[in-house]
Amino acid sequence: MSTMTTTVSPHIRSERTTQRIMLDVIIALCPALIASVVIFGFRALLLTCVSVAACVLLEFVWEKAMKKPVTVGDLSAVVTGMLLAFNVPVGMPIWEMLIGDVAAIILVKMLFGGLGCNFMNPALVGRIVIMFSFTTDMTTYAVPKLSYPIVANVVDAVSTATPLTFMDRLGWDSFPKLLLGVHGGVIGEVCAAALLLGGIYLIIRKVIKPIIPLCYLGSLLLFSWLFGGAQPVLSLFAGGVMLGAIFMATDYVTSPFTNWGKVIFGVGCGLITAAIRVFGNYAEGVTFAILLMNILVPYINDLTMTKPLGGAVEK
Amino acid sequence: MNKKTSKWKILTNGIFKENPVLILLLGCCSVLAISVTVSGALGMGAAMTFVLVCSNVVISLLRKIIPDKIRIPCFIVVIATFVTLVQMLVQAFVPALYDALGIFLPLIVVNCIVLGRAEMFASKNGVLDSLLDGVGMGLGYTLVITCIAVVRELVGSGTLYGVRIIPEGYQIGIITQTPGGFFMFGAAMALLIYCLGKKGRHFDPRIGCDGKCGNCNFNCENREDNLKLYENQAALEAAAAATEAEKEGNKA
Repeated sequence: MSTMTTTVSPHIRSERTTQRIMLDVIIALCPALIASVVIFGFRALLLTCVSVAACVLLEFVWEKAMKKPVTVGDLSAVVTGMLLAFNVPVGMPIWEMLIGDVAAIILVKMLFGGLGCNFMNPALVGRIVIMFSFTTDMTTYAVPKLSYPIVANVVDAVSTATPLTFMDRLGWDSFPKLLLGVHGGVIGEVCAAALLLGGIYLIIRKVIKPIIPLCYLGSLLLFSWLFGGAQPVLSLFAGGVMLGAIFMATDYVTSPFTNWGKVIFGVGCGLITAAIRVFGNYAEGVTFAILLMNILVPYINDLTMTKPLGGAVEK
Repeated sequence: MNKKTSKWKILTNGIFKENPVLILLLGCCSVLAISVTVSGALGMGAAMTFVLVCSNVVISLLRKIIPDKIRIPCFIVVIATFVTLVQMLVQAFVPALYDALGIFLPLIVVNCIVLGRAEMFASKNGVLDSLLDGVGMGLGYTLVITCIAVVRELVGSGTLYGVRIIPEGYQIGIITQTPGGFFMFGAAMALLIYCLGKKGRHFDPRIGCDGKCGNCNFNCENREDNLKLYENQAALEAAAAATEAEKEGNKA
């Protein structure tokens, strides 16, 4: 008799834990990390490791200090750290990146109650904070170690610009370089092929649904073409849009949970990104697009709430 | 003795318990904009305190003459007079401060703290009490804006009252920009409420309450009674207006 225990539902448990999902995301980010080490050298790896360590440590220290259960084991801080490091240029001073880590973990995540309560993507807020604080360092992109600059006459011995600033001078012959990532940019965004590989892994593992990335990329293509942006197809492979669409816009906490909501979210991101790229002062608008849509997520969820099957009809 | 303590209370009221910026949440615009440098914050605080004290005194003197229906325009005229005075004085004697404060100096006219104290306090209390209230509120404002400015100038520009403390190149620029202002403001608010809680004096949401529960979302124990009272009063007023209109109609 005593061996039988009565428990409340759910009785069937899935193997899909937060830890497992985050581990999948980390695995999916690895191709891009390897590519960036090949392209920019070992400082890319150093920055990533420091950022990850800082994020995990900050979360641990905060939870200890606030006498809360320690949740660093769910690996979400590791993902935040990796994504933030992917968003800085390889020449970024380490202390400046650490300010971003503090903003991401303390300001956006822990002050609002930890994983699941952050109202914006922590890594992107970290990026915004260091972007506004250290604009010069954040937009000084190192020339890839691997190769020759993508367009001969925009070369500078120390730094180069993101291809987005001279999109109108690019032709289809530069497509392989954009795909493989031998051009200026932040650590994680340059190698579109590696990011796509990671994205396919996530979709096969059913960690993310392909709706948001496809809507984002599709609407960005459509709107850049409508707004008259230079090289709409090529510009999908330049700048941070691949990293943003696959890894940041699909964050569970800060994206809608209904399918139609995901469509609205993706199209909104694409629209804002295209508008900033074509009309704005900034070369890149992915960060602003995703953060602005993050704020709208609760409303999108309300708007697209599915009606329960056989539920009462509201009159 | 009792009277003395109550005067003391009126003076200190504005500094902690009913701090105009952090508890009443009035006049936030100038706090966010001017708290970038300590010198600007001190100047703004001084200008604000001067206007608050003078307008409180004059409005308190005039409180029995000003008709109730046009009291707000009357308050604004009094306040605008003193703001113009301050503006001219600052422009003449401290031109650097005049440039630093910019549009926010003339905007004291429509600053909610000045108008709010005129409406909530000076129009209902005696001259001495209003003077003390003006001094307390002005000091509370100056204290908050200066504290925020010390942190923002030190972290964001690496200087303190224009003196370099942190070497060039180690500043966090976002703190001096708008998002940093909002963040520091929120942090200061949280800190004050935390400190009040530690001292056992919990933040009271009814501070500044005028019993008009229709404008408020807080569920206090008086809410239902007040709402009923408010409704009854509205009904009575409507009835009175109706009978008056009827009389007018009869006369015609």
